[in-house]
Amino acid sequence: MLHLVLFLVFGAICVAGAINLLVQSHPISSALSLVVVMASLAVEYLLLGAEFVAAVQVIVYAGAVMVLFVFVIMLLNAGVEERTKGSRVALILGIPGVLAGGLLVAWVLIERTGTATVGLGALPGFPKTIGNLLFHDFLLPFEVTSVLVLIAIMGAVVLASRPEPKNPEKES
Amino acid sequence: MNPTLPVGADYVRILPEIVLSIFGMAIMVLDPLVDEKKSQQLLGGLGLIGTLAGLVSTWIMAQSPGFAFWNMVQVDGFSVFFHVLVIAIALVLILTSYEYMAVQQLRAGEYYGLILFGLVGMCLMSSAVELVLIFISLEISSISTYILAGFRRRSATSSESSLKYFLLGSFATAFFLYGVAMMFGATGSTNIDAISAALNSGKVPLLAYVAMALMFVGLGFKVAAAPFHIWTPDVYEGAPAPVVGFMSTAPKAAAFAVLLRIIFEANAPGRFWLIWLSAVLSMTLGNVAALVQDNVKRLLAYSSIAHAGYILVAFAAKPELGAPAVMFYTAAYAAMNVGAFAVVSHLANENERYVTLENYAGLGRSSPILAGTLTIFLISLIGIPITGGFFAKFYVFSAALQSNLVWLTIIGVINSAIGAYYYLKIIVVMYMREAREEVPVLPIPLALRAALALTLAATVYLGVVPGRMLTFVQQSAQQLLQAEHTSAREQVGNAAVPRATQ
Repeated sequence: MLHLVLFLVFGAICVAGAINLLVQSHPISSALSLVVVMASLAVEYLLLGAEFVAAVQVIVYAGAVMVLFVFVIMLLNAGVEERTKGSRVALILGIPGVLAGGLLVAWVLIERTGTATVGLGALPGFPKTIGNLLFHDFLLPFEVTSVLVLIAIMGAVVLASRPEPKNPEKES
Repeated sequence: MNPTLPVGADYVRILPEIVLSIFGMAIMVLDPLVDEKKSQQLLGGLGLIGTLAGLVSTWIMAQSPGFAFWNMVQVDGFSVFFHVLVIAIALVLILTSYEYMAVQQLRAGEYYGLILFGLVGMCLMSSAVELVLIFISLEISSISTYILAGFRRRSATSSESSLKYFLLGSFATAFFLYGVAMMFGATGSTNIDAISAALNSGKVPLLAYVAMALMFVGLGFKVAAAPFHIWTPDVYEGAPAPVVGFMSTAPKAAAFAVLLRIIFEANAPGRFWLIWLSAVLSMTLGNVAALVQDNVKRLLAYSSIAHAGYILVAFAAKPELGAPAVMFYTAAYAAMNVGAFAVVSHLANENERYVTLENYAGLGRSSPILAGTLTIFLISLIGIPITGGFFAKFYVFSAALQSNLVWLTIIGVINSAIGAYYYLKIIVVMYMREAREEVPVLPIPLALRAALALTLAATVYLGVVPGRMLTFVQQSAQQLLQAEHTSAREQVGNAAVPRATQ
């Protein structure tokens, strides 16, 4: 029972943080609401019995990634973002569409599985199991991820480097 | 018990990916060491050797079919086909880029490196039988194309193209990933064989329908099928012309390979109307919008949406008829579209100045060779006999007819007729209209000649003697559809599987 209550409470905090992220107009406020989302997600993972994922969530996302986010925002000295009206179509079709899609998925999930809570450690979420999966069964995806990261770095180098205008007079 | 370490056969079965990564890294390391003037030739040449080595290693890989890395990767006729296809497309792309990069004065190093790394992703997409690996390789292929699209750094449209592609592409990937998660929830596995077993064993969970729909959104974006096609014209207009030829064929072919595996091998539930609707929308929207374009790159962008629609028609057909038709179509489309873009990128000249339809006026006189080759590619895109495009369309529509999809076939044929108009319009402009302004046509360098000859040969070969290709795709489609029966046996000790006959 306590599990379910905690789960619902942190779920509500998570959703509230996500909405606040979108509503805030200053990048720093958005980034800090993202921290709230990440941290409450970590608690949700913990309640689902995935203690390793929860720890990683806190260390990597709420910790490292968010620090980078905040650093970049502060270095760029980003100010309050401009408010645009946004497109009407998005407003008229988008919000009901998202609501309908969300309700459909929620209905399917409840219909199929019912609500149940999982005790801490009831599912195989131990670091040992995960390590075995990651470095044995999923060894190839794990290694291939390095190519993905390499491409991302190359992309950053290509797109962020200063273009060299060879023929300045032809530049338009 | 599975062996704890991968054995030799495991590595042989991903040999093309290993070879391509090694060449990609070699280019990356050599780039700062070589003189900038020579880098174009040297690194491009290295890229070319890399793709050739990739083809050779694909041949070696084809000698040992089976599973590798604990059911992550499956080598069969199907994956070999798509390996050869995407690597060959990249080979032609590199041949085309040689001159293009010099004319546009772009940096060479990362460009060729990214092509090879992107190929790693596309190759893995075609052989992966595990949704997690498919997702990662899909990301490799997508991210490298996002970057390649933005390579014309001095042009604002190129940056726009890259950014739009990136933002919408990430959004679509999220849909795919959500679908994968749902599929895991529905079947308890991310392995395609296991999913197929779970879905075929009685009642299909409702969640699997949602998962299927979400994954289709993600992959539909990658193949530019309507209604997920909005990005296509803008991205194709801004990206470098040879890259457009590449990204309208190679990542698409890989995405179609994934769709084939998910839809046919896993026997995805509730796919029919989803695909039917998307096919009709893609064909109609693509062809109708192409009618009013006067930028050749935009026109070909809409045409590629339409062609994605034709391919989707085959997905609605019966698996044993649809799968070979899809494979044949992707190959034929790759040959003609890469060829057409090779011509476009040669004519584009510095800063891609000459890409409107008007610039093609009088080309028949100023450069008969280019006009002639482009005409053949366009004829093939229309689907007129003696070209690959004809048989591709023929197999798709006959597969649809034999599956009793009469209405879909009628809509498809009407659309082909509409499509003929705008392709013929380019031919008419080239031969019958006088040039209003002088468009300089550079001499055609050797590499581009080779690229044009290769694509032309492939287009005509598929149009004149499609028999061998057809038997091959039918065999490999057969292997794909029977895969779930064999995998159960091989799951026991897959790494030590003896060399099965191909």
